[in-house]
Amino acid sequence: MAGILSRLQHVGGHRRLTVTEPLPVRLLLIAVALLFLGLVLVVPLAAVFSEALRKGAAAYGAALVDPDAIAAIKLTLLTAAIAVPLNLVFGVAASWAIAKFHFRGKNLLITLIDLPFAVSPVISGLIYVLLFGAHGWIGPWLQERDIQIIFAVPGIVLATIFVTFPFVARELIPLMESQGTDEEESAMVLGANGWQTFFRVTLPNIKWGLLYGVILCNARAMGEFGAVSVVSGHIRGLTNTMPLHVEILYNEYNFVAAFAVASLLAALALLTLVIKNIIEWKAHRDAAPQPEHGENPA
Amino acid sequence: MTTITRKSNVLPGFGLTLGFTLFYLSVIVLIPLSATFLRSASLTWPEFWDTVTNARVVASYKLSFGASTLAALINGVFGFIVAWVLVRYSFPGKKVVDALVDLPFALPTAVAGIALTAVYAKNGWIGSLLEPHGIKVAFTPLGVLLALIFIGLPFVVRTIQPVLEDLEAEIEEAAASLGANRLQTFFRVILPTVFPALLTGVAMAFARALGEYGSVVFISGNMPMKTEITPLMIITKLEQYDYAGATAIAVVMLVISFVLLLGINLLQAWSARR
Repeated sequence: MAGILSRLQHVGGHRRLTVTEPLPVRLLLIAVALLFLGLVLVVPLAAVFSEALRKGAAAYGAALVDPDAIAAIKLTLLTAAIAVPLNLVFGVAASWAIAKFHFRGKNLLITLIDLPFAVSPVISGLIYVLLFGAHGWIGPWLQERDIQIIFAVPGIVLATIFVTFPFVARELIPLMESQGTDEEESAMVLGANGWQTFFRVTLPNIKWGLLYGVILCNARAMGEFGAVSVVSGHIRGLTNTMPLHVEILYNEYNFVAAFAVASLLAALALLTLVIKNIIEWKAHRDAAPQPEHGENPA
Repeated sequence: MTTITRKSNVLPGFGLTLGFTLFYLSVIVLIPLSATFLRSASLTWPEFWDTVTNARVVASYKLSFGASTLAALINGVFGFIVAWVLVRYSFPGKKVVDALVDLPFALPTAVAGIALTAVYAKNGWIGSLLEPHGIKVAFTPLGVLLALIFIGLPFVVRTIQPVLEDLEAEIEEAAASLGANRLQTFFRVILPTVFPALLTGVAMAFARALGEYGSVVFISGNMPMKTEITPLMIITKLEQYDYAGATAIAVVMLVISFVLLLGINLLQAWSARR
């Protein structure tokens, strides 16, 4: 599933099949698919907005300008503003090393980069509690120096970095591998230095893949619940991100406010899907005139 | 993974980028994860065993494994139908439907959790229709199953879709011209080709479902022995400041996750060879 963009560039237009199913079968299958997606995806999504507006726009607005809600929104934005750029730099560095050079253990490295996706979000938070918490390995040492990581913002940022770790890298590695090194080599031969080569040759080639990874990384960073829940300590106004604030409001039976904050996150998810599709469309269009990037190494 | 492109030593930055990659990977992922394993070593074997085989924890394994398996299989069937319909047929609004399949990737799990609960609770839009028939979804294992279907769906659809797109039309035409009916063509020609991808998608959905927390905790009701999932047991232990207990259960889950990751990598390699 890695490298959606690199794959996209190789998928041609749909063939017209001369054999297909009879019309009633086609209609039945379309109906089954739509009904299933409706029940599982669309109805719950609609419910978020409907529940948020149940008591009118005023109650909706009031929930969003509540100081705790605003503090949660700020913390969520701050967390994403730290986690996403770090994982972006990592993703670019990792894919440069992996895609442009030969070395032993490359496949192992790729698997290790994917590791955070295999770990339960709850465990992603737990590992930092075991390391930095009051009973953790470095906890007492940190306590002596008055540095708090767990139940504080640094822990939330760390857990978020962990769960969003592979997003950019796994998008860029197959994309850069499929592009090879010819263009970069030409630039070097023509006298460009390393940074010039990267910014003028590599970056334009990978921009859509990069943006794609960043968009998905950001959506997860802002929406992460399990990992952040373990390290946050749920201190209102201080260590509550938006998803955690939703949980607190919901558990207090303050459903309108919970769904109001949730509706912001749902809107972010929808925006993410829209941008994602625009990127796919642009990458597809850019790739169309260059069929010589013919084979997919993934 | 094999590469066809020629690699060079002309390009700069290998030491810098690989060095940074290994450093960042170690600090964020490898050291914290191995610290967890080392920490579990401080438990004696009987302590470890008692924690991970406690009746309440075992009940959570049964629910987590059972619901994850069932959810992955249901996604295998319906995800296949969705992928098939999106690749093969055209209908109004298809692009929007295609984009919506990724919703579970983009929607925060907590939002999915409260939304599903609102819809399938007994006073919810769909829950109120099911209630008169004696079907309760929210706060039962059925609710857990529903949440796991939600989060696993895109894994199956997005793994099958490219394989269906790449299917050679000629093979199906050949099968038809040799006298196979559509159903025979499907089971003898199409399904065997798509099967490795289908299995990969189902395995990914299963792996994701096992560790899922946010979307499940709201709809499950978290009743001990009945609707507690394994990740919740870790949270429960942590809330009781039982760090050793939390670590023991986490290690069991991590080992299972790593075995699944290995299995999925092998499946993908198999799938790529087909």
